[in-house]
Amino acid sequence: MEKRPTSFYFLAAFFALFVLFLYGPTVTIGILSFQGREGGLTFPMNGVSTYWFRDLFQEQAVGDIWGAFRRSLVLGLMVMVTTVVVSVMAGLAFRKNFKGSGILFYAAITSLVIPSILISLGVGLIFNQLGLKVHWATSGFGSQLTWTLPFGLLIMFAVFNRFDKSYEEAARDQGATAWQTIRFVVLPIIAPSLIGVALFGFTLSYDEFARTLLTAGSYNTLPLEVFGMTTNVTTPVIYALGTLTTAFSLLIIIAFLLSVWVMNRRRARLGSDAGKAL
Amino acid sequence: MTRNFIGWLQAAPLALILLGFLVAPIIMIVIVSFWGATEYSIYPDFQFDNYAFLFGSKVVWKVFFATFKYAAIVWVLTLTIGFTVAYFLAFHVRSLTWQIALFLVCTIPFWTSNIIRMISWIPFLGRNGIANQTLISWGVIDQPLEWLLYSDFAVILAFVHLYTLFMVVPIFNTMMRIDHSLLEAARDAGASGFQTLVNVIIPLTKPGIMIGTIFVVTLVMGDFITVRFMSGSQSANVGRLISNDIGLLQYPSAAATAVVLLCTVLIVIGIMLRFVNIRKEL
Repeated sequence: MEKRPTSFYFLAAFFALFVLFLYGPTVTIGILSFQGREGGLTFPMNGVSTYWFRDLFQEQAVGDIWGAFRRSLVLGLMVMVTTVVVSVMAGLAFRKNFKGSGILFYAAITSLVIPSILISLGVGLIFNQLGLKVHWATSGFGSQLTWTLPFGLLIMFAVFNRFDKSYEEAARDQGATAWQTIRFVVLPIIAPSLIGVALFGFTLSYDEFARTLLTAGSYNTLPLEVFGMTTNVTTPVIYALGTLTTAFSLLIIIAFLLSVWVMNRRRARLGSDAGKAL
Repeated sequence: MTRNFIGWLQAAPLALILLGFLVAPIIMIVIVSFWGATEYSIYPDFQFDNYAFLFGSKVVWKVFFATFKYAAIVWVLTLTIGFTVAYFLAFHVRSLTWQIALFLVCTIPFWTSNIIRMISWIPFLGRNGIANQTLISWGVIDQPLEWLLYSDFAVILAFVHLYTLFMVVPIFNTMMRIDHSLLEAARDAGASGFQTLVNVIIPLTKPGIMIGTIFVVTLVMGDFITVRFMSGSQSANVGRLISNDIGLLQYPSAAATAVVLLCTVLIVIGIMLRFVNIRKEL
């Protein structure tokens, strides 16, 4: 192997600093959430305890954290499933280059770049004027989809840009119907990417704040609850909550990434070796 | 069944959701921006008072200027950092496994909560935070610096912290598609590493840079929460102007500001889209 240039070491150091910058603060509140009973929001640690975590599990004076967590979880799953299904369908549609696909594509891009507060405000106003009650599972759900669907769609573009059409042609040549081709050829091939779309759908919903602000109604999702706490909680209990939800997010991310990895390994093991001897 | 018909059928769920939760809200905001408001309620009307007030107010102009200022500073910083990180990953890390692993390290924070990532700066930047304690113990300063937390500095730091990923990912994606034989050709023709970077890599990476720029600029311009939280409500941007109006139930005024903000953002993006074809770049 070629000798590494000096620039490599500078860049590697820069990269290490960047990673420290990314993760340092999160690790710090992870440590500070084990602050002793008398400890404050900054160092030094006043002893080590799990007091603030226990405090979190007890009846809260500040709000309904567990209810908020449950709602965020359910909403995350709803958004995840919808994002996967709708993105795949739209991804298939865009391959056909139907009339008006350009407009729909620009609508999706607008949905991605529009300042979130506009969605919040607009959806809130519509529900208001129609006399409907905003609720996390209706208006909140729809608002979050405007954020997750464009990501799902962009991933589907990336997937189908690299998709080898000869697989579909082979299936068709053997007499598969359009639906059979999708069900038994296309979907299994793109399955790992769908896990990626699901990961985006769930995590973006679970952490979404700006688009849910005016559309969640009287029952808060977890990020809204956390934000409410920032204005009136001045103890490390907020770090404990931050640590727990971050740990939960990390678990979800690891589970998704592991399933992609397992799926790819399985595929490498069980896949056909046709053509490999050439 | 025609190709168009099936295409529309498959695209219908996406189209309906965008119609209901993107197009309709925008139309509603435009309509309401012409309405009037009392202290407690809003009423249908067709007046230009909200816009007249908006364009006549010096404060509003200042706030728009501040919004552009944040966007420009954050853009320069995220582009510099993001490009360097992506360049390292794409051209200096040699095995694909390591590239993927380090790339994931960069993207994982994107899937965690922004609000908690903002909160996590408090122990660093606070009056008795790590930064001040360290600087005092090194003897660099005698008094704790007051401008670390709840200042423009903190706002920009948080923006860079939250949004550099949006630069790294598209730039890395474009760099990975650069044919390495082009780099060899440049070297064979006698180009130095720096010349290759400036004359080969940067021009080929432009689409990725544009996509990252679109993300960062729109996220910063549309933000209302980072500025409020990290400045301790001392600084303002357009998003905060809107959210303040909403807090005061002045929906027509909020809607008018939102319309102007949306137009500004769309114009900025329209200009950038002239330089890149997003669908081809994925």
